[in-house]
Amino acid sequence: MLPTFYYLCLSFALFVIGTAGVLLRRNALIVLMGIELQLNAGNLAMLAFSRQLGDEKGHAFAFLIIALAAAEAAVGLAILVSLFRARQTINLDEASLMKR
Amino acid sequence: MNAAESFNLRLIPLLPFLGATILILFGRRMKRGTVVAVAAGAIAAAAFLSFTAFFQFLPEAVEGGGLRDVVWKWIQAGNLSIDLAFRMDALSGLLCLIITFIGFLIHLYAAGYMEHDPDYARFFAYLNLFCGAMLVLVLGDSMPVMFVGWEGVGLCSYLLIGFWYTETANANAGKKAFITNRIGDFGFLIGMFLLFQATGTLRFSEIGSLSTVGSALAANYHGMPMAFWVGLCLFIGACGKSAQIPLYVWLPDAMAGPTPVSALIHAATMVTAGVYMVARLHALYMLAPAVLAIVAITGAATALFAAVIGFAQNDFKKVLAYSTVSQLGFMFVGVGTGNFTSGVFHLYTHAFFKAGLFLCAGSIMHAMSGSGDITKMGGLRKLTPWTHAVFLVCWLAICGVPIFSGFFSKDAIVAGAFATEIYGEGLAWVGPLVGSMLLVAALGTAFYMSRLYFLVFTGPSRADHETQHHIHESPGIMVGPLVVLAIGAGLGGLVGVPGGLFGHPEWNILGEWLSTSVGPELEVPHHTEMLFMGISTALALGGIFLAQAFYGGGYREPAKKFAAAFPEFVQLVRDKFRIDELYQAVIIRPLRLFSQALFQFVDRVLIDQLLVGGAAAVTDVLGRLTRALQAGDGQRYMAAFAIGAAALVFFATRPTLPSELKVNVSGSTVSVDASRAGRQSARGLTYAFDFDDDGRAEVTGTSPEARYTYERGGSHTIRVTVTDPRWHTESHIKSTIELGGQN
Repeated sequence: MLPTFYYLCLSFALFVIGTAGVLLRRNALIVLMGIELQLNAGNLAMLAFSRQLGDEKGHAFAFLIIALAAAEAAVGLAILVSLFRARQTINLDEASLMKR
Repeated sequence: MNAAESFNLRLIPLLPFLGATILILFGRRMKRGTVVAVAAGAIAAAAFLSFTAFFQFLPEAVEGGGLRDVVWKWIQAGNLSIDLAFRMDALSGLLCLIITFIGFLIHLYAAGYMEHDPDYARFFAYLNLFCGAMLVLVLGDSMPVMFVGWEGVGLCSYLLIGFWYTETANANAGKKAFITNRIGDFGFLIGMFLLFQATGTLRFSEIGSLSTVGSALAANYHGMPMAFWVGLCLFIGACGKSAQIPLYVWLPDAMAGPTPVSALIHAATMVTAGVYMVARLHALYMLAPAVLAIVAITGAATALFAAVIGFAQNDFKKVLAYSTVSQLGFMFVGVGTGNFTSGVFHLYTHAFFKAGLFLCAGSIMHAMSGSGDITKMGGLRKLTPWTHAVFLVCWLAICGVPIFSGFFSKDAIVAGAFATEIYGEGLAWVGPLVGSMLLVAALGTAFYMSRLYFLVFTGPSRADHETQHHIHESPGIMVGPLVVLAIGAGLGGLVGVPGGLFGHPEWNILGEWLSTSVGPELEVPHHTEMLFMGISTALALGGIFLAQAFYGGGYREPAKKFAAAFPEFVQLVRDKFRIDELYQAVIIRPLRLFSQALFQFVDRVLIDQLLVGGAAAVTDVLGRLTRALQAGDGQRYMAAFAIGAAALVFFATRPTLPSELKVNVSGSTVSVDASRAGRQSARGLTYAFDFDDDGRAEVTGTSPEARYTYERGGSHTIRVTVTDPRWHTESHIKSTIELGGQN
């Protein structure tokens, strides 16, 4: 098996990509995707440590995170639909009420 | 004693104030008759009370310092305790009588004089207000109460001078009066402060008892007794209020006000406040004859100076104004030579004849359709007989013709000046000097007043036809008070016949009355008295005859020749020696420029641009910065969140070290302790101690303490590196130590 460090690197990379997506993208759908990526990165780290320590608690927690991510995605999409209905756009820059 | 103590002195000023309040609030809706009834009634009531107090109650109470009425405790601050209290003794009683009686007469006169004025009620309201303030001034038991009255009359003077304020000139005259007064008031305040500092009290009774040799007031202060400085500062206030050099300039301009105002305020009452103040504080002034010398010399100089200006004035009221300034100078010579009784005596006689003269002026101006230009008068003797008769009596009184009141009072002052002994060796020349100046001034007085008389009442009329047709005598309500004043001017002096004259000191009723307040009458030897009476009479008659030669029946040859021979001099005198212009150039212009400079620089630049604008700019910049944090962009918020979280993680995983390494040096052995105070780190940190900073750790282990012995002395640097095995992070800390040099 590979050293845990490599898994953590991957996890970190995924997390950074996800964060970049959340912070930098204008399209709300892409932001939601980024959030999913972050959660998945956390999941991966969780599983890597679980494997390293031989403890199945990590696996259990990963299941929880998956369920949570699903629920959260549902809610997020509902918000997105609301946003679209209100603003006719899902471009976050345009949807802001603040003056340019 | 009981009746005297319970006499409500407070009613005397209160009634006029009440009248003023009623007239201010409701006057506009009242009929003219009601307005006069309220105003004159208030004064009449005050007069009645004054007379009752003075003649019925005062004689018993006079030994105990007079009637007293404490209204309430006004100021209680540490050592300073001032009550709102009134006291009537002989001096203030006499002045009360003058103010209320002459005030009443003038109210009656004004009822007729201001008949056609639309602001009738406002006039009488102010007049009542003035009387109330003047009574407060005179009846005040302590200096602050007097000062309240002092300021009050200053205010009323301003209001009444500028009564017809729609004319800018009148408003300016009012401003000038008030501001000049204010300068004097500054001196008065300083005097009050000095007095309090020296004696700790401001009550007249206590000041009087403290004015003895050996008290704080006689103590040396910068070379002169304290009383000198107090008296000097207070006298500056008197110069402002009583129009002496250099603060007299407001009084001639004050003639812009209605004539009853000039008569009441600028002749009979307000301007005498300074004389009253000096007389009231006579004991204090007597402690410092030097300041009395200053008072006397200023008075004499003013008397002479103003008399000369009066020679060339062409406005009726201006002549009388300068005459007032001059006569006030006489009064100040009186009090300045220690002859307080004579100063007050002249105040009393002057009130009558000057008020009479001013009311005659009003009558004449009324007849001449509002003009006061004497170059266009003449021949009014037959056309305004009553006014002429009154003017005649008052004129003879002011010239000092025997038997008339002015003769006795003026003579008392002059004789007293020569006979005074209050000055020591060094200042003994002051008495004769001021006496001589007054004799010349008396001659001048006789001259210019006679000039006025002859130009106005004798000879053919120089007015144009239109005006001549309108000349008429004044109505009864104006003539009545005139006559009463004339009687006072004529006979009033008989209460003060000096003791030395006929060898009957008890005939000097006034002197006896006043002695309880201002000290005994100055003893003038009989022959000195007779001598000066003779000289005064001669000067008075001389002045009259000289004036007749110049102006009897109109402008005669001598007058015309003189005017032709010295035109510039005549013009200079007519321009009042251009003192106003001098003040304008020397004082007012620089002040204006200075305040302009301040305005431009301090106000515009410093305050508006720098401070106000600057504060706004700072707020603006800070606002812009903080606004960037809240752009409403959710992603920006998340970015801040992410950065914050990363920073938290970073700092949480560093191992902790104390901010300073604890180093114990003993000899060449050093023990180092790198544990954080109070918290034992239980996480198994690894410490590496590098004792000479060569990159190679001498001691490593899990203990935060280490010991090492150096081979050589000098300066060493200890570097401690601590590693956290779990996070694989490390921190450093350095410390430099000095060891005693050794091998």
